[in-house]
Amino acid sequence: MPDQFLFATEVFINGLMAGVLYALVALGFVLIYKASGIFNYAQGVMALFAAMTLVGIMNGQVPFSHIINAVFGTEIHHFGWHVPAFLAIILTVGVMVGFAWLVQRLVMRHLVGQEPIILFMATIGLAYFLEGVSDLMWGSEIKKLDVGLPQGGSFWIEDMTAGLGSDNFYGFFIDNLDMVATVVAALLVVGLVLFSQYTKQGRAMRAVADDHQAALSVGISLNFIWVLVWSVAGFVALVAGIMWGTKSGVQFSLSLIALKALPVLMLGGFTSIPGAIVGGLIIGVGEKMFEFWIGPLVGGATENWFAYVLALLFLVFRPQGLFGEKIIERV
Amino acid sequence: MKDMQDGYTTADGRKIGGVVMEMKNITLRFGGVVAIKDISFDIREGEIRAIIGPNGAGKSSMLNVISGFYVPQEGEVWFHGEPRPQMRPYEVAQQGIARTFQNIALFEGMSVLDNVMTGRLSYMKSGLFSQALWKGKAEAEEVANREVAEKIIDFLEIQHIRKTPVARLPYGLKKRVELARALAAEPKLLLLDEPMAGMNVEEKEDMSRFILDVNDEFGTTIALIEHDMGVVMDLSDRVVVMDYGKKIGDGTPDEVRNNQAVIDAYLGVSSD
Repeated sequence: MPDQFLFATEVFINGLMAGVLYALVALGFVLIYKASGIFNYAQGVMALFAAMTLVGIMNGQVPFSHIINAVFGTEIHHFGWHVPAFLAIILTVGVMVGFAWLVQRLVMRHLVGQEPIILFMATIGLAYFLEGVSDLMWGSEIKKLDVGLPQGGSFWIEDMTAGLGSDNFYGFFIDNLDMVATVVAALLVVGLVLFSQYTKQGRAMRAVADDHQAALSVGISLNFIWVLVWSVAGFVALVAGIMWGTKSGVQFSLSLIALKALPVLMLGGFTSIPGAIVGGLIIGVGEKMFEFWIGPLVGGATENWFAYVLALLFLVFRPQGLFGEKIIERV
Repeated sequence: MKDMQDGYTTADGRKIGGVVMEMKNITLRFGGVVAIKDISFDIREGEIRAIIGPNGAGKSSMLNVISGFYVPQEGEVWFHGEPRPQMRPYEVAQQGIARTFQNIALFEGMSVLDNVMTGRLSYMKSGLFSQALWKGKAEAEEVANREVAEKIIDFLEIQHIRKTPVARLPYGLKKRVELARALAAEPKLLLLDEPMAGMNVEEKEDMSRFILDVNDEFGTTIALIEHDMGVVMDLSDRVVVMDYGKKIGDGTPDEVRNNQAVIDAYLGVSSD
């Protein structure tokens, strides 16, 4: 097989894997949007907060240690224990549920029946607030996250594929972590689809998104559903945070991955879970292939803008995205 | 309290049972505005009870008190012979009081069938995982609930639009879907907020027929608010008349029609 084709295939596969990671973040947005009609600007920061909490718990870090030390003149930073990854993940899920409850209690319940734009503004405030809290709680230094996921290239795949091309071709380089992320994303999507389409709580969630008053009249508790929605979003944020955190370290730029989710959402449509996945894959593959073929012609660095230009084209020609619900309005 | 326990027989020979819901001296204020002033009346099992009155009389406020959307400052709501503690609207719904809205509140993005199925939410008890996996108890439960929903859809003659998203439907059909969703909860008391508002004569006749059929077929107790005097007088067994937040009449349609205070409220009092 010609080397050029093999290289292209490798780029394609890596694009798919990168796409899965984008899709993971986009999923959190779609979920909250479907369930509450809110575009949750804070989703990226929630991923950051979840990852920082996970690292903090694993390392036995004392939360708010800077404030405690400043106020009481103490010098405590660590509890002096290490929590196993599995337990730490469960504890972090607990923290995210607690966070969901606080959001419901302090923000959402005061905004029942408000315009979507008001709710959107509230989530912007929430994003900045949460970013500050993560900083105060766990400190701002870059941390390494290792929950035992395999990392680095897969030698197995490299060895398997090395013989396909000429001597210049050393086999496909595929990151183990990316493969794990793909499996996790697939499981997550299947779980979420089953949940929102077939369970009572899922149906209630969709009902709340449509009409608060009508939901109340059929016996749905808005408060419960909101805690549920934000908890699920927190859980998805944690999964995305673990994947991205393991890949590139837990740091504040993690919250910016939310920006990459925007073009994914415009492609896939804000209301479709499969859309988020396909959109993520298209963006991932698209930007890698574009860089591979067109990049050298225009001096490279196309990955920075390709996704946004693609999203712009979609906005012009198909505003509801590939899978979004068609916007119907009777007049 | 012998009178409370006994029912009565309507002109067309239907037996009406005991008191299901009783409003006792309800007063509701919004700041300085008194929307409802010291009103008492009861709703009996199996009857169609209408609340009528001119614009701004407090009819909708009354319905919102019954369904828990408003909390009255004074007075008590008795349900099944017990005073009802203060409740959230969704808790009231879970007690078996279903309602429709004057301005239609449906889940626009969902199909008609899904909308009706939301009315069955309180009946779904199986666990999250078995529901998601469609296994065991959950499957049987979903099938049973679906049967009820389909029966109601047939009954209200909306089979042909079962899978249509509600946003696409015309106004008259939306009203019928809303009624279907309320009925799916198999309510002990069904509240209809202006079920005929904005309809043409033909649609009004259809809706009247459905309301009578529902009452007849399922024995559902119905309380409704309506503007159109003609419709109300034909439909209902007993009528409460409100004006400026006060009760000015209560009785059978014939009694109410001949009540001087009611005539004055509707036609105005001549100055001489």
